[in-house]
Amino acid sequence: MSKDWPLWEVFVRARGGLEHRHAGSVHAPDAELALRHARDTYTRRMEGVSLWVVRSADIVASDPDQAGELFEPAASKVYRHPTFYDLPDAVKHM
Amino acid sequence: MNDLLFQYLLRLGDDSLILGQRLCEWCGHAPTIEVDLSLSNLALDLIGQATLFLGYAGEVESGGRDADALAFHRDAEDFRNCLLVEQPNGDFARTMARQFLFSSYQLALLDRLCSSADGRIAEIAAKAVKEVRYHADLAADWVVRLGDGTAESRGRMIEGLDDCWRFLDDLFAMDDGERALAAAGIAADKAALRPLVQGRVEQVLRQATLSMPGLPWQVTGGRTGRHSEHLSRLLAEMQVLPRAHPGARW
Repeated sequence: MSKDWPLWEVFVRARGGLEHRHAGSVHAPDAELALRHARDTYTRRMEGVSLWVVRSADIVASDPDQAGELFEPAASKVYRHPTFYDLPDAVKHM
Repeated sequence: MNDLLFQYLLRLGDDSLILGQRLCEWCGHAPTIEVDLSLSNLALDLIGQATLFLGYAGEVESGGRDADALAFHRDAEDFRNCLLVEQPNGDFARTMARQFLFSSYQLALLDRLCSSADGRIAEIAAKAVKEVRYHADLAADWVVRLGDGTAESRGRMIEGLDDCWRFLDDLFAMDDGERALAAAGIAADKAALRPLVQGRVEQVLRQATLSMPGLPWQVTGGRTGRHSEHLSRLLAEMQVLPRAHPGARW
């Protein structure tokens, strides 16, 4: 039965003001039941105050084979961090 | 009055305890792991309610029995649960039909008990009513899904509901003692709750494109300890460990 149901990704907001974070996934025939299943699976120990579910198939992911060209060039560009720059003493409140 | 209150608390606690134990039988057997968890969550909510009601019952009785003693060291004829909750699970549709009826009833009951003249009952009801609102919602959702689903699921839901309808009078049964408690504002007047519950049930069945079953011959007796044979077997499994090893600790 569960293999006939699509997969949904579950995002849980732990407390008001925090962002929703990925918690895992559930099988469910539709969004309403996906929310119920997410509630029963991922918030039963007070983990959350809000839930999002998204069809796994609707998530567009980057290709792991392209990790080299996508992410490695950033490694050599430390000047993109603001902490790279020495600020003159005269500049305050930066 | 104390004995009446004790009996009433047993009725409240035993309903939750026995249905909780029944639902535990699904653990590891539900159609999917997600449904397995959702049934276990219902069961644990119910067992939590039973602990509170039976704990209070033990205090009212003041004979030294706590919730565990009442749960594990009474025999079937001393249980005061309604007949509906002790019925076997059957298939998933039957379990959900039973849950739908019971949770709809329990929601109306606890809603009323939130303003009970007995402060302890009101406190327990206020905690439990939130859990039960979710139970009633979840079960209604499944009644609609299965009832308005495939020919197979529809047939099974109709059978499940038909099977439960024999126990409606028992579910709402009140004796003179309970009426006295209701008059004192402690218990809920179940006769007044029945039209509310029936209205809610009708609404969900309409949504499920099912018609309300007619009222068949009614079996009663749960509230006075006359149970079906199913209860003894359930208790045998539930009680075997504490009875074989009295006072054992983890």
